[in-house]
Amino acid sequence: MENRPLEYDYTVAKMFMFTTIVLGIVGMLVGVILAFQLAFPVLNGSDLAIAEYINYSRLRPLHTDAVIFGFTLSGIFSTWYYVGQRVLKVSMAESSFLMFIGKLHFWLYLVGVVAVVVTLLMGITTSKEYAEFEWPIDIAIVVVWILFGLSIFGLIGIRREKSLYISIWYYIATFLGIAMLYLFNNMAIPTIMGVAADGTSGIGAWYHSVSMYAGTNDALVQWWYGHNAVAFGFTVPIVAMIYYFLPKESGQAIYSYKLSLLSFWGLMFIYIWAGGHHLLFSTVPDWIQTMGSIFSVILILPSWGSAINMLLTMKGEWQQVAASPLIKFMILGSTFYIFSTLEGSIQAVKSVNAIAHFTDWVVGHVHDGTLGWVGFMIMAALYHMAPRVFKREIYSKSLMAIQFWIQTVGVVLYFTSMWIAGITQGMMWRAHDEFGNLAYSFIDTVTVLEPYYIIRGVGGLLYLVGFLMFAYNIYKTMSARPVKESELQSASPMGA
Amino acid sequence: MFHWLEKNPFFFAVVVFLTIAFAGIVEILPSFAQQSRPVIGTKPYTTLELAGRHVYIKNSCNGCHSQLVRPFKSETDRYGDYSLSGEYAYDRPFLWGSKRTGPDLWRVGNYRTTDWHENHMKDPIAVVPGSIMPAYPWMYTNIADIDTAFAEQLTVAQFFSVPYNKPVPMKDGSTVIVKMGKSVADAHSLALAEAKLIVADMKDQDVKDAVANGQIPEIVAIIAYMNSLK
Repeated sequence: MENRPLEYDYTVAKMFMFTTIVLGIVGMLVGVILAFQLAFPVLNGSDLAIAEYINYSRLRPLHTDAVIFGFTLSGIFSTWYYVGQRVLKVSMAESSFLMFIGKLHFWLYLVGVVAVVVTLLMGITTSKEYAEFEWPIDIAIVVVWILFGLSIFGLIGIRREKSLYISIWYYIATFLGIAMLYLFNNMAIPTIMGVAADGTSGIGAWYHSVSMYAGTNDALVQWWYGHNAVAFGFTVPIVAMIYYFLPKESGQAIYSYKLSLLSFWGLMFIYIWAGGHHLLFSTVPDWIQTMGSIFSVILILPSWGSAINMLLTMKGEWQQVAASPLIKFMILGSTFYIFSTLEGSIQAVKSVNAIAHFTDWVVGHVHDGTLGWVGFMIMAALYHMAPRVFKREIYSKSLMAIQFWIQTVGVVLYFTSMWIAGITQGMMWRAHDEFGNLAYSFIDTVTVLEPYYIIRGVGGLLYLVGFLMFAYNIYKTMSARPVKESELQSASPMGA
Repeated sequence: MFHWLEKNPFFFAVVVFLTIAFAGIVEILPSFAQQSRPVIGTKPYTTLELAGRHVYIKNSCNGCHSQLVRPFKSETDRYGDYSLSGEYAYDRPFLWGSKRTGPDLWRVGNYRTTDWHENHMKDPIAVVPGSIMPAYPWMYTNIADIDTAFAEQLTVAQFFSVPYNKPVPMKDGSTVIVKMGKSVADAHSLALAEAKLIVADMKDQDVKDAVANGQIPEIVAIIAYMNSLK
């Protein structure tokens, strides 16, 4: 008994792999449609009867929420249900309670996803970015999140490996961070609580609510949330993944434990402060804006700490980058992380922000982070998991390599076009002629962007094509004849 | 210490939480009350304006339009006075936006008319050649949700003491009273009275007929809201 390796149970991991892929396709497809609607407004279909539901206005929140709460969150859950068992040295099959929680977690999540898609298309939204859902859905999301927490701490509670591996730190932080941010930002009062002078109550739409915070306060809380939803959704859990999957895939031990300590605690302390950089030159107090700027620059330290730790993990093994497309995804992902965090810090400097804010440069920044870092890392994680979860070899490694290059070109087209578009527009907005009058009317600064919008659309399309290749590759892998009796054996990141 | 924490998940989680929560407490709490005080001249939204604000949110107008004028010459030249914190005291939620695919709208009521909006929402390119804004034909047929707007007025008056039916000081020293209905029927008649003033400047016959029949299309509400932004 003791000598037999643990048989991990990947039932829930597989379920979330499925939603990662499906919602990834949906979210990215909607994104590509939006990109082309900006380049060619006729695609809004204004003459169609369904125009209300397919025009840019309704699709835009659907895109951001589908890729954040659909693709990324599913990827986080899926890797948790894979990595958690393995680094804690305990199987989900050992606890019927945790198995139940895991499955409930998935099905409730799926119900939430359907509710979100339907309500956003109907235009039921609070307008707060990445927190568009009205209170009934918010409550459902809180329940889903509590189930995720139960699963994390439940598995930790029955673990055999006493010391928590680095990835677990980051999963715990993801859970706590998002819980705090989401709860406080979504505080609202349902308007059915309003009572008229004649005693009537329960008036109007039952699902409508009004924010607990007004104006500047609301903005402050929203960007405290918005910026750190990126931190605890797009950074922390993705770092959790790379700390597990890169050493596993490459067979190399993590370069430095101390660097990972510094990066983790530094990231925890510094990230939240940086939220103020979304509000530079707004009406929030000046000192908060300045703190936002300063901490955004300091944020380079812990961010680069993790990324450099990853790159140095490959020390002496760089031939693997050339040989394995999977390692390529992870190493380029780390590189995009370095690059994107530097770019973010530059944009947070007040004088740069004066030009960059409200322009497409910010959109470009978000996408080199999400496409290059988050997307690449989640796909790499799922590629690593697929043979072990399905007990079959990956269908095609050459398809994987082609996909890597197509998507890399896509990302490069995306962010370069958005850089040029953003800086062009920012400079044109502020240009004055020799008499001190504005040099351009607003529409001049819109029409000039058309070529860049087209290039961005093509970049996004290439990324989507690559993602479809990924989906096809995984599908062919899982539907192939089993070739492995037991899972593949590689070195553990624990060094055990 | 770190080694010990890594073996004790409960304390690990507690320390992580305190580390994360610290910045929020320092940043958000101190100036909370002060920032939500209205400046002189800022008044709450009427029922129709609020219904229009809901139409604005329903169609994610804030995805492309900001409502925040930054204190730069290029922005005050283009949009008017820069924003003050107290001007947003009745904005729940705030609608500053994060992207200017289209121009800022915080003071659009100062330089665009009902007539302009009516034509523009129906066919943006006809009014602004080269515009990439979609048309919003459904706003001319969908009926605005006055009930929910009224419910929101009641809620903010009860929970946040928003001064409806009370004198609000204006910049010229006078006061105005923003009325809120006593019942649902009362709220509808107030909104309708306001809608009639708007449609007097509009040309679309179907919209005029709807208002004459006591129904308020979304376009009327959103124009009322746009006109209130100044």
